[in-house]
Amino acid sequence: MSEPSASAGIDLHARQVRTFRLQDKFFHYTTQLFAFVVLATLVGILVSLTIEAWPSLKEFGPSFLWTNVWSVPDDEYGALAAIYGTVVTSVLALLIAVPISFGIALFLTETCPVWLRRPLGTAIELLAGVPSIVYGIWGLFVFAPLFAEYIQPPLQALLGDVPVIGSWFSGPPIGVGILTASIVLSMMVIPFIASVMRDVFETVPDVLRESAYAVGCTTWEVVRNIVLPYTRVGVIGGIMLGLGRALGETMAVTFVIGNANRINGSLFAPGTSIASTLANEFGEADPGLHIASLFALGLVLFIITFVVLAISRWLISRSMGSEGL
Amino acid sequence: MRTLNKLAQGTLAAAMGLAFSVSALAADITGAGATFPYAVYTKWAEAYQAATGNKVNYQGIGSSGGVKQIKAKTVDFAGSDAPVPEADLDANKLVQVPTVMGGVTIVMNVPGIESGKLKLDGPTAADIFRGAITKWNAPAIAKLNPGVNLPDLAITVSHRSDGSGTTYAFSNYLAKQSMAFKRDVGAGNTVNWPSNAVGGKGNPGVAANVQKIKGAIGYVDIADAMKNNMDFVALKNRAGNYIVPNQQSVADAAAGADFKVKGMAPDLLDQSHKNAWPITTATFMLGYEKADAAKQKGVVDFFTWSLNNGQKMAADLGFVALPPNVVKMVEAEMKNIK
Repeated sequence: MSEPSASAGIDLHARQVRTFRLQDKFFHYTTQLFAFVVLATLVGILVSLTIEAWPSLKEFGPSFLWTNVWSVPDDEYGALAAIYGTVVTSVLALLIAVPISFGIALFLTETCPVWLRRPLGTAIELLAGVPSIVYGIWGLFVFAPLFAEYIQPPLQALLGDVPVIGSWFSGPPIGVGILTASIVLSMMVIPFIASVMRDVFETVPDVLRESAYAVGCTTWEVVRNIVLPYTRVGVIGGIMLGLGRALGETMAVTFVIGNANRINGSLFAPGTSIASTLANEFGEADPGLHIASLFALGLVLFIITFVVLAISRWLISRSMGSEGL
Repeated sequence: MRTLNKLAQGTLAAAMGLAFSVSALAADITGAGATFPYAVYTKWAEAYQAATGNKVNYQGIGSSGGVKQIKAKTVDFAGSDAPVPEADLDANKLVQVPTVMGGVTIVMNVPGIESGKLKLDGPTAADIFRGAITKWNAPAIAKLNPGVNLPDLAITVSHRSDGSGTTYAFSNYLAKQSMAFKRDVGAGNTVNWPSNAVGGKGNPGVAANVQKIKGAIGYVDIADAMKNNMDFVALKNRAGNYIVPNQQSVADAAAGADFKVKGMAPDLLDQSHKNAWPITTATFMLGYEKADAAKQKGVVDFFTWSLNNGQKMAADLGFVALPPNVVKMVEAEMKNIK
């Protein structure tokens, strides 16, 4: 009586296990498929960019990267001016944004009164959600005129005669240009970097922090010797996130950079970036070398972003390694 | 439950019936191309649909994109600011007609000089825009403006950073005026502006740059110049008169032009009429000689209706309607769209 029912129970159990196994397998393959879709998209973008850029790559070769010409009427193209503008604006933006973000994050986690933390933190996150076109319009219509009127002339008066540095601030104060683009970019990346920094600073165990205070450390000493070493990886990650955004930012930069396809030593002078050149010229680009060169620019941006990502991975793994020692 | 099902079925059938009946009633037509006439084409399409029930879609994807699409036979008509050359029209069996005109104005921001009070001629304008004249009180400008108090102020050239039909017309005009401009800057949708130049995106971008930068000079469509209440430059035309740009002086430029050429694209730049605005341009519609009859009729009907009923809409948007005699010629030419 009980014999058959027991065997049936075992059978039932085995069947269930089989079903579960099948389900797991199905789950594994489905999620794998999803993951590979990302990889396929990435490779697909790279391949199609290369195919479309091929006429230009064939015509100009690697010298495309260091030729400072972008002339549609003559059908001659080089990426140097756009690469220069992209790199200079992004690096300047980080130089401005990192210290400020660091200060914001420190204030919020270390010295801010508790009642102010929430509203300030939310305000920063809201700032991160503002669409970039809004920054662009604000930069062009509000910031650039103020910059030309009240900031550029005093800067020129102060630094204009200093050798080397003076030439960075030469030229007519017209408001739009490389420096304006860098400042607007820095405002756009501050919320990203600041909120990541704040989040990682908050992960420092209170025990560590409080023991440091207990032995008489000042706030700065706590930050320098406890918080920063503990969160180095996260801080680098946040900065790289900001850099990634700055490199690829399109609309805001297009509005305020001045869109001149050339390299001028002055930071007050108009320039261009890869993303803004694409945004400007794609719509009415002539078929042939012009289109191909725009695709080649896109490919260059893709590679720059990739390299930045690789460097940040390397920095992170290196600092993780030193942690392990 | 069952009633609900029935209800759903009924709705679905009705919706499908509606969809079928609409598509049977009219051939919806689709066009794509130049961004310059986008505003007036969409306005016309809206009014045309209200009047006749027929639907017209126009997408502003850029002139070269439009020409590419019509050669690939993916649209019913295309828009282009740059006329397609005769040989190309023949090779692809295309018909080209002008639809509406516009003018490009030179605008400035010079403290102390009122709109229309600064006079320039073509060669001087070309020298300014190629970066050879860099100060507002340069002798070449002073010579044309006796009695005007010109400031010692740097000139900042403001131009379109995006490829555009406005740049196409403007650079072609200046290239005609000066060999040096043609050599240094060139003529086309995107050209090599000098090193003191600032690029703005779209007409609004250029307008903003000119209004915000003291000493700036730039070029925008008449519509944008009027909308933004900008300061014009008076430009010397071929007849030797200094002309302030407005819709009348653009229309006068077309009055003297000969549209009886293949492709109906006479050069409207620097016309000899005494009141002609020198930088006048037309935008063009491209259709097939032969294609699906219903669609072809849709294209011809739409433009015939628009050219005869849409003059005021065009004028309100800052465009200039074709003169009546040219409209007659366009209607005759459109008989080739079969």
